[in-house]
Amino acid sequence: MSVHATKELEAYWKENLVIIAVHLAIWFFVSFFCGIMIVDQLDAYTIGGFPVGFWFANQGSMVTFVILITTYVTMMNRLDKKYDVHEG
Amino acid sequence: MSILTWTWILTGISFALYIYIAIAARAKTTGDFYAAEQSVPPIMNGMATGADWMSAASFISMAGLISFLGRDGSFYLMGWTGGYVLLAMLFGPYLRKYGKFTIPQFMGDRYYSDGIRVLSLMCAIFVSFTYVAGQMRGVGVVFSRFMDVSINTGVIVGMALVFFYATLGGMKGITYTQVAQYCVLICAYLIPAIFISMQFTGNPFPQLGMGSTITAEGAALLNDPSAQGKYMLDVLNGIQKDLGFSAYTEGQRPRIDVFFITMSLMIGTAGLPHILIRFFTVPKMRDARSSAGYALLFIALLYTTAPAISVFARTNFIKSIHNVEYTAAPSWFKNWEKTGLVGWKDKNGDGVMQIAKGKWDDPKTANEVKIDQDIMVLANPEIAKLPNWVVGLIGAGGLAAALSTAAGLLLVISAAVSHDLMKAIVKPNMSDKEELWWARGGAGVAVCIAGLFGIYPPGFVAQVVAFAFGLAAASFFPCILMGIFSKKTNKEGAMVGMAVGIIFVASYISYFKFVAPELNNKDHWWFGISPEGIGTVGAALNFICMYVVSKFTPEPPQEIQDLVGSLRYPGKLTPPPSVH
Repeated sequence: MSVHATKELEAYWKENLVIIAVHLAIWFFVSFFCGIMIVDQLDAYTIGGFPVGFWFANQGSMVTFVILITTYVTMMNRLDKKYDVHEG
Repeated sequence: MSILTWTWILTGISFALYIYIAIAARAKTTGDFYAAEQSVPPIMNGMATGADWMSAASFISMAGLISFLGRDGSFYLMGWTGGYVLLAMLFGPYLRKYGKFTIPQFMGDRYYSDGIRVLSLMCAIFVSFTYVAGQMRGVGVVFSRFMDVSINTGVIVGMALVFFYATLGGMKGITYTQVAQYCVLICAYLIPAIFISMQFTGNPFPQLGMGSTITAEGAALLNDPSAQGKYMLDVLNGIQKDLGFSAYTEGQRPRIDVFFITMSLMIGTAGLPHILIRFFTVPKMRDARSSAGYALLFIALLYTTAPAISVFARTNFIKSIHNVEYTAAPSWFKNWEKTGLVGWKDKNGDGVMQIAKGKWDDPKTANEVKIDQDIMVLANPEIAKLPNWVVGLIGAGGLAAALSTAAGLLLVISAAVSHDLMKAIVKPNMSDKEELWWARGGAGVAVCIAGLFGIYPPGFVAQVVAFAFGLAAASFFPCILMGIFSKKTNKEGAMVGMAVGIIFVASYISYFKFVAPELNNKDHWWFGISPEGIGTVGAALNFICMYVVSKFTPEPPQEIQDLVGSLRYPGKLTPPPSVH
């Protein structure tokens, strides 16, 4: 394997790490921050019949988790193609 | 037809299906047995992971548990789903690239140490047995409640079924039965919830129904015409306050404890061997990512429905029992009284049932009604006057949830014995065929032990579930994470980190659960962190030890660093040489 290819792979890994960091930040924000740390403050507002903090803790965080994995999968599939490391 | 007949028919059909699948998908090689020949399509793997994950406790107890905890119960909801985000991004794809069969094997290879492999296999076996004990009991309990047979008979029927398809099919058989079991359990969970949400709010999505307004039909069911047009959660909050409880949507626990429990459950989830090995079964790295996504989607279907069930069931239960004369009690109340899940003690002698704060059998409180958490799911369809076939479904669903989880755990135990102990350490030159016999034998013995736990449940089972998550969080999670994301973490670091993590978590939990249970409250916990949340601290200690010890000891050999490098890229590329 050429030195160039090695550099390419390192760049691929770096981009992956950035994508992971962004996703983990959102993961932490919806669950730990909105669902736990500032839940009482958010409960002062309501959407429909839900206090907002309660909704994040009971529904919103889980819905966001599903969306997060979906975007991660999509972005990584694109990254695999960009660096031409995709399988089959 | 009666509920009993429906339960027998639906359970019978589902069992026949599981047996058919087991015969069709039997394992021929160790590759089949441990990893289903790495040929499972991601969507199927997602369903199998979902069934693997959702246990008897998730199915039967969780909604009820949340209905007593109110908003605090959200640590179960977030904690038991958030781990999949970590699995999809931090573990799944890289473990798939590694491509071998067990977690102890990964640990042993990455940290080039048989000692770590043995320590990991002991951890894996301990965690899995802790977990499986509750599952076999769950099978027996569902049988006895829905089918009028004894708990022991139920456990034995469950053992026979799991024994059959786990020893015959290994991972391949288990995977495809789990796919079927997922379908059964999710239907059994969602159908009653959808019916109930429609009845109360007219909204077919329970997730939205719990935040909607009550319809005229719903108000009639609650015997409270004034509830019409009010938000479901407002009505429940009102009821809670009238009875002297705190509002349902408010939290009681200190937020720091909720934070640590949630984190501990999340990273514990990501460190559980029976979930991790599911990622070995898909064909490619990108399939490992997407199967984590499917798994979470399928799990979230149940986990977002559970809080809705708990809101509807709690409102409905209190409204149909509180201040009602016992002679006029609904028929379901008297039916379930026989099982001991609900009960009534007329403390003030007025013949009327009153619900209040406190224990029902404590003469000092005004509460006269016993409500077991499991009743919220088990009796919910009857309470909401749903057709008998819907009630029958609950039995089949509960069994599917318990059996699928039990099978996944038993496979971890069997592989730990045959692959990590026998093949790797004791008898390295045995043939594939011989190893397969050890694997089948291991699964068989593990089923029997799990069955014994089901028949003679050790009193400490409920206490040690915190152990399973705490240990997984403090041992596997940090070591696997560093194993993938840091080339320089070495075996000395992993050894010290794991030992410190395990000893710390085990001592903290043992102290509060067994040595001094009377001190198990927030005044005595360190920084207000309960034993359920201590896994987070254990994991942090493990990380710190690994980092510091690795700094001061020789770095891992070049081929190990190359192995770590190769895990990070898809495709059959040769590992890139390290750039110094």
